[in-house]
Amino acid sequence: MSEEIKKFLYVNRKAPYGTIYALESLEVVLIGAAFDQDVSLAFLDDGVFQLTKGQDTGAIGVKNFSPTFRALGDYEVTKLYVEAESLAERGLSADDLQDITYEDEDDDWAEKPSIRIVNRAEMADIMADQDVVLSF
Amino acid sequence: MKIGVVVSEGPYTHQAADSAYHFVKAALAAGHEVPRVFFYHDGVNVSTRLSVPPQDERNIQVNWSALAAEHGTDLVVCIAAAQRRGLLDENEAKRQGKDSDNIAEGFRISGLGQLIEMGIQTDRLVTFGD
Repeated sequence: MSEEIKKFLYVNRKAPYGTIYALESLEVVLIGAAFDQDVSLAFLDDGVFQLTKGQDTGAIGVKNFSPTFRALGDYEVTKLYVEAESLAERGLSADDLQDITYEDEDDDWAEKPSIRIVNRAEMADIMADQDVVLSF
Repeated sequence: MKIGVVVSEGPYTHQAADSAYHFVKAALAAGHEVPRVFFYHDGVNVSTRLSVPPQDERNIQVNWSALAAEHGTDLVVCIAAAQRRGLLDENEAKRQGKDSDNIAEGFRISGLGQLIEMGIQTDRLVTFGD
């Protein structure tokens, strides 16, 4: 395996159900976590719906994979950037999102929030800072 | 430059597999390296050898297989995405108890790790999809 560490950003732009992009994006993130790269996730446009709490897919007969986001901390995926404008445009706020946390090994395993709300300009800077961007 | 390519939409429905093909041909002709192309989402459907498009249309799978034969490009089909959509190689068909396989020459089925590895090992990653 390569010793080089690159910055990987997974951009999630689509609603969690209706198409398979969100689910298959998460599958890449989980596999990618084994490669010890510097991983971030971005949620914008309808992608912000992926993180909402209280998802119930019972009536549409597909798997509710939203609990998996709460396990990302265990995979050392701890940076989930959510675009403020995308939330606002959809009548959502940070309170509508799941509590997703990680334990910070550099801070005596203190539990910290993984979700970071950023504005559109900050999101652009985050994207510009990456080596590899995969958009779903 | 070393370029990795991702194809993430299905053939014929979407231009992605065609555009990626033309891009790879042009990149190789310009002296770049394209060690691997990774097929994901509906892009895995490019790899079936059972598609039979009308004879006056381009055959997307045949184009890619020929490119792999000529240039040695590693055409990797994501196994998780492939299994959902009915794309199986001989081993996987046996393992799953299916009566046939359908992967075309030049393609191979492997894991998502191949996508991450491609991102690490190439200078640029170019995605063709929506």
